[in-house]
Amino acid sequence: MEKRSLFRSIAIALPFLWLACLFLLPFLIVFKISLSDDAVAQPPYAPVFDFGAGWAAIREKLALLDFENYAFVLGDSLYVYSYFQSVMLAGLATVILIAVGYPVAYAIARAPRAIRPILLLLVVLPFFTSFLIRVYAWIGILSREGLLNQLLLSLGVISEPLEILSTNVAVVIGMVYSYFPFMVLPLYAALERMDDSLLEAAADLGATPASAFWRITVPVSAPGIVAGALLCFIPAVGEFVIPDLLGGSDTQMIGRTVWNEFAVNRSWSVSSALAILILLVLLVPILIYQRMQLRELEER
Amino acid sequence: MAMRKGLSPVTATALAAGLAFLYVPLFLLVIYSFNDSRLVTVWGGWSTRWYQGLLQNQALMDAAWVSLKVAAVAATIATVLGTLAAIALVRAGPFRGRTFFAGLVYAPLVMPEVITGLALLLLFVAIDFERGFWTVALAHVTFTMCFVAVIVQSRLLTFDGSLEEAALDLGATPTRAFFSVTLPVIFPAVAAGWLLAFTLSLDDLVIASFTAGPGNTTLPMRIYSQVRLGVTPEVNAISTVFIIVITAVVLTASLAMKWQQGRTERE
Repeated sequence: MEKRSLFRSIAIALPFLWLACLFLLPFLIVFKISLSDDAVAQPPYAPVFDFGAGWAAIREKLALLDFENYAFVLGDSLYVYSYFQSVMLAGLATVILIAVGYPVAYAIARAPRAIRPILLLLVVLPFFTSFLIRVYAWIGILSREGLLNQLLLSLGVISEPLEILSTNVAVVIGMVYSYFPFMVLPLYAALERMDDSLLEAAADLGATPASAFWRITVPVSAPGIVAGALLCFIPAVGEFVIPDLLGGSDTQMIGRTVWNEFAVNRSWSVSSALAILILLVLLVPILIYQRMQLRELEER
Repeated sequence: MAMRKGLSPVTATALAAGLAFLYVPLFLLVIYSFNDSRLVTVWGGWSTRWYQGLLQNQALMDAAWVSLKVAAVAATIATVLGTLAAIALVRAGPFRGRTFFAGLVYAPLVMPEVITGLALLLLFVAIDFERGFWTVALAHVTFTMCFVAVIVQSRLLTFDGSLEEAALDLGATPTRAFFSVTLPVIFPAVAAGWLLAFTLSLDDLVIASFTAGPGNTTLPMRIYSQVRLGVTPEVNAISTVFIIVITAVVLTASLAMKWQQGRTERE
């Protein structure tokens, strides 16, 4: 395409301006509010900058910003625990997702070429139907009088109903279920690209199928594993719907804490500080993810 | 021989178990929407009475209408912006700030919704933009356009630019080359992007909860407020309608794209 065409400029400028105004700028505002204090006013934080008031007035207000909210959040063990628990539950769900997603992705990559698109569609289809509905479906299964307990009781496996709903176990089940397609698709993409002659060569050299799998298939699909893990882990850390519907009183994931701080306690400055701290926790995984996407773009 | 193409009993079982895990919960949800008993745990025989109740639920119908309008507007704008972003990434060659641009496009894909929602709300408050239909629509454009960009990008990567170059060599303007050469080829991906943006918008609860005004309750917000009160056959019925409509649309669209693709390949 011509180097300096109007079309090219528009293709770059329009999306860039949109994301700068509605994605980047909002984060700067969140950061600014996280340094402010709560106020009984509209909007409920202070100071509010008035850029018409001149440079001196702005400088005066800049002096009012401080890291008090961060000190408050990091000094409270409940908040700190909230971050810790979010990372642990999201991490656990990601590990389980790799374990259950890998065999499925592997099977689809091995299936006859003609039926692969159908199998992929079957994996993706639930993703199109509502996230909320998919989480809701588990309430009826996991509750005390739910279908899982009814089944297990009638089979005589258990004599007392299991308490699964409103625990962290239910949260992990919900995450594994909801993020399943996000794990299978990148794994499949990596496995499908694999050159079968590598496995043939390994077999000719006397490798058992198991050792060929661990020493060739798994390393070759490693980028898919990392991409899938990041695609699940990053949003899962900040998840709100799943802990809110399936979790219990000991579920204090950070996404829910931000929402509570904002909607229930009406402290905009503390919820902003909490959000900025989530971003700090997730910064490295997000950068790795972007780097992988960019490499994908350059490779072809 | 270690090599076998095709499915062994072990991999076939894994596949079947994986698909069962995906579909059994949805299947149970659909079955229990036809339960005559109000108690979700007791099977009281088949009935369609919860579906009849849906049509009379005015609040629900209003919310569904709001959601459909937001999704149609947001998906359309997101498709234009996302397609442009994909062209900028794949076809525009090097430009200053390209890595930064790519970062901006990929970041919303993984950003936790709570953060995106909070950030957008604080923006709207800071610039004194009254919350309502447009705040939700603008918020939805912002995160769905990135999904469109990724889908269109992968299509652009698999088709080489020589056709466009030929058109340019023959004297077409870049705009003309795009509309008469590139767009027809990438059209299935653009349409798939629109559909994905539409369903993502229709589905979003968290970002809409932050950015919607009082009169603009969306369908997920309405469903959520009912779900919080517990499992009810009504919610199962709404969910079933939702699942069936979306499944039908996605299946029709993917069949249409298959057919379209087969036709362009034959030509």
